[in-house]
Amino acid sequence: MGKKLAITGNQAVAEAMKQINPDVCAAYPITPSTEIMQRFASFVSDGVVDTELVTVESEHSAMSACIGASAAGGRVMTATSSQGLALMWEMLHIASGMRLPIAMALVNRALSAPLNIHGDHSDGMGSRDCGWIQLYSENAQEAYDNIFQAVRIAEHEDIRLPAMVCMDGFIISHSIESMEFLPDDVVKDFIGEFKPTNPLLDVDKPVTYGPLVLPDYYIEFKKAQHEAIKRAKRVTLEVAKEFEKISGRSYGLFESYRLEDAEIAIVVLNSAAGTAKDVVDAFRDKGIKVGLLKPRLFRPFPYEEVADALGGAKVIGVFDRADSFGGFGPMYMEIASAMVASGSSPLMINRIYGLGGRDFMPEDAEAVIKELVEIADTGKAGTLKEYIGVRE
Amino acid sequence: MSTPLRLKELSKKADLLTGGHRLCAGCGAPIAIRQVLLAAEVPLVASNATGCLEVSTTIYPYTAWKIPWIHTAFENAAATISGAEAMYKSLKKQGKIDRKIKFIAFGGDGGTYDIGFQSLSGAMERGHDIVYICYDNGAYMNTGIQRSSATPLGANTTTCPAGSVIHGKPQPRKNLTKIMAAHNIPYSAQASPAHWRDLMTKVRKALEVDGPAFINILAPCNRGWRTPTHNAIELCRLAADTCFWPLYEYENGRLTINYKPKEKKPVTEFLKTQGRFKHLFSPDSQDLLKQAQENVDREWDNLLREAACWADEAEQTG
Repeated sequence: MGKKLAITGNQAVAEAMKQINPDVCAAYPITPSTEIMQRFASFVSDGVVDTELVTVESEHSAMSACIGASAAGGRVMTATSSQGLALMWEMLHIASGMRLPIAMALVNRALSAPLNIHGDHSDGMGSRDCGWIQLYSENAQEAYDNIFQAVRIAEHEDIRLPAMVCMDGFIISHSIESMEFLPDDVVKDFIGEFKPTNPLLDVDKPVTYGPLVLPDYYIEFKKAQHEAIKRAKRVTLEVAKEFEKISGRSYGLFESYRLEDAEIAIVVLNSAAGTAKDVVDAFRDKGIKVGLLKPRLFRPFPYEEVADALGGAKVIGVFDRADSFGGFGPMYMEIASAMVASGSSPLMINRIYGLGGRDFMPEDAEAVIKELVEIADTGKAGTLKEYIGVRE
Repeated sequence: MSTPLRLKELSKKADLLTGGHRLCAGCGAPIAIRQVLLAAEVPLVASNATGCLEVSTTIYPYTAWKIPWIHTAFENAAATISGAEAMYKSLKKQGKIDRKIKFIAFGGDGGTYDIGFQSLSGAMERGHDIVYICYDNGAYMNTGIQRSSATPLGANTTTCPAGSVIHGKPQPRKNLTKIMAAHNIPYSAQASPAHWRDLMTKVRKALEVDGPAFINILAPCNRGWRTPTHNAIELCRLAADTCFWPLYEYENGRLTINYKPKEKKPVTEFLKTQGRFKHLFSPDSQDLLKQAQENVDREWDNLLREAACWADEAEQTG
């Protein structure tokens, strides 16, 4: 068994990166993820890792250097948040289009304007179409565990795609909580040696990365990418099973909490799920059949499995910590797609909460669940999309 | 033992940028890049900014490159190659690779002077062991001749067209070679394919130094310069003879001028060969012509003065 320590989310991720010992990291400071690379830099300075740390002049260059390094043929990691991810956006597509298994910690933070450094999911959700695998984490333990699994999923020969592990800025990145580390040798065995495919550094077998591809072949590249990320669902479960053997901690595509017989379901991502679970318990104590679904693998999205898990619910409340202005929240759109495709038609509402780090309190969850109970009774949903926890 | 820089020996070396690519007939870029590749005596890994060179040499499923090559985007050839170089360093340190490999980046003036400027500056400051080659044709030729910060004063481009009020580009060029030298990198130089032996010597010096090097190479574009397709080299020679494109190098901060024309020709001799400057020869553009000559004179005089200082110092220190 590994040792138990009280540590912040950022420190947990930095520790995971130390144990992974990637060949190259390229990163640029940005709140709230700065501490990850800052701590990692001291591992580099102290010679604890073999990593070449490229301290670039922007996040755009960070991802560009990660791509160059990954194509050269080795294990590459980075971390960022918010505006940093936004600046990387162009390169995120290029990393996935080139099928490079880069692993990144994304410490979720709101996007400007107005400037805000606190946690919401606008950055991660905004990059959901970039072709990266996305794993979300409720707490430091999950972030730590997900980092190892993300490396394995990304590098799997059936996948070869970049992956990001998301956790909430400040709420998780800067809060100290108790968690368990895995021993170094156990991590090393789990991660294994990096297996390069078509590396640039094989100068005897020159390869061309990033050619101009016209309408005669472009869509074939994209189809291949589509097939690859689809396979990530299966690989995520395989890797989770292996991870359970070394850690005793079990992971799936999502977490179902008291969903089996639930007539009312809520969908909550990341740290807010912890708060909401307590509220679910309180309602269960009153005999109300409420359950919670906490997504983990957001890309690829496990539509069938989510629909199965939510299938018994008459009403569903989907919480979004990001908005797609003029549309429903991103999570709502996925859950709605899942339910429609499965042929079931529960009443569904969308509640936007916690933007820019506004606290998500038990009362917020309570109010929404009460509303869901009423909808279940009346069969009428009222306002489908609404902001909650807003000053009036 | 390096291949001697003589045509007879060089002609026996394999071309690393093969024929069959789709750059225009008469384009200066592939001439310059082939000279660069011909000079190299170590295995290279290249990155390439988006631009003519990139799109015309790698139309899928074909590639003209016989070296490992990567293109990611427009503004980041330097950052991309710095990542590849970092991976090489890491794997070498870990004993996973042992052979000598050098890293080179190619970009046009748009991808280098403008959108890729930050990425280039960052990579130079970080001290990667890379060579950055800019092929400077003085505009965004790939998108259809738009002005860049390398476009010469008065040039007619599609975004600074010669009109009845504004006579082409109102601003002079940015002096990127000097800006690169100001990064205090071990090697930076300006070259031209007309002086091929000088260019190839510079490439060898750039590849030899341990750390970042930058070479700015003039590469005529007949589409954008409005010139015929047979005289790219002649135009390069005129650029050096008029001191519009002086050939010089900074080795650890020390300037050497590599070519001093016996008789410095007026810049109009260079300008009049090209359709992009045609309007400057009408009576109402005389001021711009005068200014163009003054700019060339000032920059050339500055170079001469600086080189003279270095020569004096060398004399004093014996």
